[in-house]
Amino acid sequence: MTSTSSNSGSMRVNRGLAEMLKGGVIMDVVTPGQAKIAEDAGACAVMALERVPADIRRDGGVARMSDVEMIEGIQASVSIPVMAKVRIGHFVEAQILQSLGVDFIDESEVLTPADEAHHIDKFNFTVPFVCGATNLGEALRRISEGACMIRSKGEAGTGNIVEAVRHLRSIIGDIRRITQADSAELFDWAKKLQAPLPLVQEVAELGWLPVPMFCAGGIATPADAALAMQLGAEAVFVGSGIFKSDDPAPRARAIVEATTHFRDASILAKVSRGLGAPMTGIAMDEINQRYAERGW
Amino acid sequence: MPIVGVLALQGAFHAHVKALSQLNVEVREVRLPHDLDGVDGVVLPGGESTTMSQLLLSSGVFDVLTQRIADGLPTMGTCAGLILLAERVLDARPDQVSCSVLDVTVRRNGYGRQINSFETDIAVTGLETPFTAVFIRAPIIEEVGGGVEILAVHNGVPVAVASQNVLAASFHPELTSDVRFHELFLHMISSASTVR
Repeated sequence: MTSTSSNSGSMRVNRGLAEMLKGGVIMDVVTPGQAKIAEDAGACAVMALERVPADIRRDGGVARMSDVEMIEGIQASVSIPVMAKVRIGHFVEAQILQSLGVDFIDESEVLTPADEAHHIDKFNFTVPFVCGATNLGEALRRISEGACMIRSKGEAGTGNIVEAVRHLRSIIGDIRRITQADSAELFDWAKKLQAPLPLVQEVAELGWLPVPMFCAGGIATPADAALAMQLGAEAVFVGSGIFKSDDPAPRARAIVEATTHFRDASILAKVSRGLGAPMTGIAMDEINQRYAERGW
Repeated sequence: MPIVGVLALQGAFHAHVKALSQLNVEVREVRLPHDLDGVDGVVLPGGESTTMSQLLLSSGVFDVLTQRIADGLPTMGTCAGLILLAERVLDARPDQVSCSVLDVTVRRNGYGRQINSFETDIAVTGLETPFTAVFIRAPIIEEVGGGVEILAVHNGVPVAVASQNVLAASFHPELTSDVRFHELFLHMISSASTVR
């Protein structure tokens, strides 16, 4: 038996890792200890960052890529995939994360943008990228730059699911409408969405994005995770919602169960018992900086 | 029409459902023990084996599934699914479970992190032309027991194996549009029903 040459970092290999994370929970962690708790609770991946979004929001200042040693410490402490965030447009932070062997890079609006016009050309990298989106046009622009996964932006660090719901409904609603459009109308859709026509045509044909779509931003309870899944998200990111709650480990575990059994209300009720208080959360009219507005 | 269950606790189960839906079978997602009632075969997809292990235990699927496979249920495992079938798993979490029905030794993430993931064309016994195999943070098969047939090799390492009722691969046949590997599994299901 023979084999031909291998192909690393191909679109199929990188979208494939996103496929492997479906039905799972990706948890924000800031220390190796938290990463361990997340893996013990059944996380399918962890997101290494310096401060969870709730703390970034509270402390202010410039939020950057995490400390390299901290990322290495997290990589050494768990066997599941490790993701990490870079600032929008900061391709050198991304080069550094790729050299560390991070499994997925999140070009994230939660960090302070480094470029107010350009996102990273993600085709220049072997490692896959995930990007946030608030609507279909934004999602398709990120895919056209090479993103292998889209997540709703939601409003990170608020413990409030309302923005993630808005973004999922907007993206999925427009996908449904495009599926009904005739070929002439697709040109107009591409114009309206400010997205490349071939991607709009692909969405019309597939009835879905060409990459997996996950939910992020504001998930604090098992019910929030199940809501995102029932709305059509294919997996969930939980940021501040776990480690800003009273008792992170059982809550993490319960959100993992809820994401798998998202249509089974009796299981959702069972896993929602005895979790202690969720993170307090913030209403949208109480915040002065909307992270979801970052990204172009 | 045979009913094929796809374990849908976490991972790439949609891709398997999509591949199987193109073939002449009824596909059913398996999240709870009763979902296995009446299935003629089951697929264990790729994903995170540690996550699936926990969900197999909490859902109660683990005991029923292990018993059904031991009783001869045709089973296909890909990537993490291979880990969940292997008798010996290296670099696993201490609390990680396996159905332990396939006489192989596998090492989790044996091919490395995502930057080492790759795709390549390989020859597979039973398929006339090469098959594109996609390896993603794949487990590596380090030993193969006597009763296990090696169906494909890459760089001298077995990457697809079969025993009487178990077909397993360290790569992801569900990530290409080529359904021939799934067809091999359906052959296994139809021969099992003939024997019965």
